[in-house]
Amino acid sequence: MATLTLRNIKKAYGAAEVIKGIDLDIEDREFVVFVGPSGCGKSTLLRMIAGLEPITSGDLSIDGKRVNEVGPADRGLAMVFQSYALYPHMTVAQNMGFALRLAKVPKAERDAKVAEAARILQLGPYLERRPKDLSGGQRQRVAIGRAIVRAPKVFLFDEPLSNLDAALRGQTRIEIAKLHEELAVTMIYVTHDQIEAMTLADKIVVLQAGRIEQVGSPLELYHHPANIFVAGFIGSPRMNMLPVAVDGVSAAGVSVRLPSGVALTIPCSGAGLSAGSALTLGIRPEALRPDENGPIAGTVKLVERLGGLTLLHVETEGIEDMIVQLEGLSLVDLHQQVRFSADGAALHLFDQAGQALPALARHSLVA
Amino acid sequence: MTDSLTKRLVIAILGWTVALLLFFPIFWMVLTSFKSETDAITARLAFAPTLAAYGEVFARANYLAFALNSVVISVGGSVLALAFAIPAAYSMAFHPTQRTRGTLLWMLSTKMLPPVGVLVPIYLLFRTTHLLDTRTGLILIYALMNLPIVVWMLFTFYKEVPHEILEAGRMDGANTWAEVWHLLMPLTLPGVASTGLLSLILCWNEAFWSLNLTSSSAAPLTTFIASFSSPEGLFFAKLSAASTMAVAPILIFGWFSQKQLVQGLTFGAVK
Repeated sequence: MATLTLRNIKKAYGAAEVIKGIDLDIEDREFVVFVGPSGCGKSTLLRMIAGLEPITSGDLSIDGKRVNEVGPADRGLAMVFQSYALYPHMTVAQNMGFALRLAKVPKAERDAKVAEAARILQLGPYLERRPKDLSGGQRQRVAIGRAIVRAPKVFLFDEPLSNLDAALRGQTRIEIAKLHEELAVTMIYVTHDQIEAMTLADKIVVLQAGRIEQVGSPLELYHHPANIFVAGFIGSPRMNMLPVAVDGVSAAGVSVRLPSGVALTIPCSGAGLSAGSALTLGIRPEALRPDENGPIAGTVKLVERLGGLTLLHVETEGIEDMIVQLEGLSLVDLHQQVRFSADGAALHLFDQAGQALPALARHSLVA
Repeated sequence: MTDSLTKRLVIAILGWTVALLLFFPIFWMVLTSFKSETDAITARLAFAPTLAAYGEVFARANYLAFALNSVVISVGGSVLALAFAIPAAYSMAFHPTQRTRGTLLWMLSTKMLPPVGVLVPIYLLFRTTHLLDTRTGLILIYALMNLPIVVWMLFTFYKEVPHEILEAGRMDGANTWAEVWHLLMPLTLPGVASTGLLSLILCWNEAFWSLNLTSSSAAPLTTFIASFSSPEGLFFAKLSAASTMAVAPILIFGWFSQKQLVQGLTFGAVK
């Protein structure tokens, strides 16, 4: 059982404020992922929760109890570091049992807990080895094992997969998801990799420059980004952004005019908009389909064939490099003129401040 | 291949030349110590070896008492310096403040002051506190003398330890004491050992303070040597015998610990 509450959490180094007031609720057994670009404060926020960085102001509560001044070990959390931070002079078993040794747990009980963690992580054969004799993936598992042994209320992960190669990263990601299922504990996970965020999270927290941009389930963020930043950050390849002008507002949504002069109606609420005002239209690369009568026309500048997918880089009015992602193998040639259409529900409009205009209907998969 | 062979040859010759040049005075001292006083003032290599000089040195002074003082004072000074330097270097390496750099530089700058500049105040202090000619007094002086170097060396070793390892320790429930004892000390043991060794050697060879602050009861081997030098420079054999006996223990000690020393002194230079 562990719920976390963050209320107006701030962090300042001298005059420089790096975390500018975070409010967040984390439910019991929830898998929460902090994502954002480098320097957005996600790791700092995690370290503040861990107790490794003092909180400048605000309240951090675990299970309703304020823990701002409680030391890291007494918060009941365990952390997996980016560099693993294994103790190089101890064996795998000693690494995993160190916390229990410090807590003066009897040796027999300690050994049993280490053995149990080793079983879960399949580290049995390596218990007597030292970290330098392990592969990257094994070291990673020892770091996780060290956390498991303490039976913490909350697991904290600080970019745990960034030092692994691509294949191992995918595999370990799945192991972490299984672990969350098996241990049924709250986990907070920091990453800049949106695939990790999308696949692991129950709840994603998108951070930028020390502020929360949006909190929501992966699909909510994907289908209903709150602003241009989240729209551009979630989804790969990035959402295409086109400058458009308002034509009019009706019950069906907002009608806009593309730079090419073509009109489109997007099912968004256009309250307060006047004709002619400038907006940004966001189109996901995967929402575009080739359509002879489609409203968007352009010239193919580059084709990337990935086998299962084809990425077209298209030059069109208002945007030099519009990315289109097509299923399967597309036979489109370089320099060919192509037309596309997109489902209105998959289009997003943003005002000049970058805020999304609310969609008239929620996506069926997002409550 | 010939190129690299020439290069290696040149390096070998240079290395040996430097080594022999550095070693020659010690070699000459050892050689002289086995000569008679008459042979000692000549540069002849052919002579009848004799232990007369050693015999006279032993007869005139209690070598073991001086040696014991040297051991106690060197070990005491080094241990005391380490005891203060370990927490200081820990705090500067892992919890630096804006003044850490300045403090480190200031500590080093005290080594630029000629010791003789503070001789009179320290002498007077020692006289008032009855520390003159005591082992405690020299231990204190040596610890203070070596503290800047010891802190600097430990600081550089500690800097090499990844912060995350100590943070992981803190998450695991280690308090500052456990952090230093279970994690930092084992991780930096080679560094701490070589720092201690260097401090030991510096203490052993220190002559200025020992000559000025001791006379008999706490006098280490440096005083022992000095007692055999005479302004006329007549008794080279005895002086050499005394010096040989004074440097022998630390030379043997240094020989056995040279691996640690080299590792420690070049630590951080190569990554």
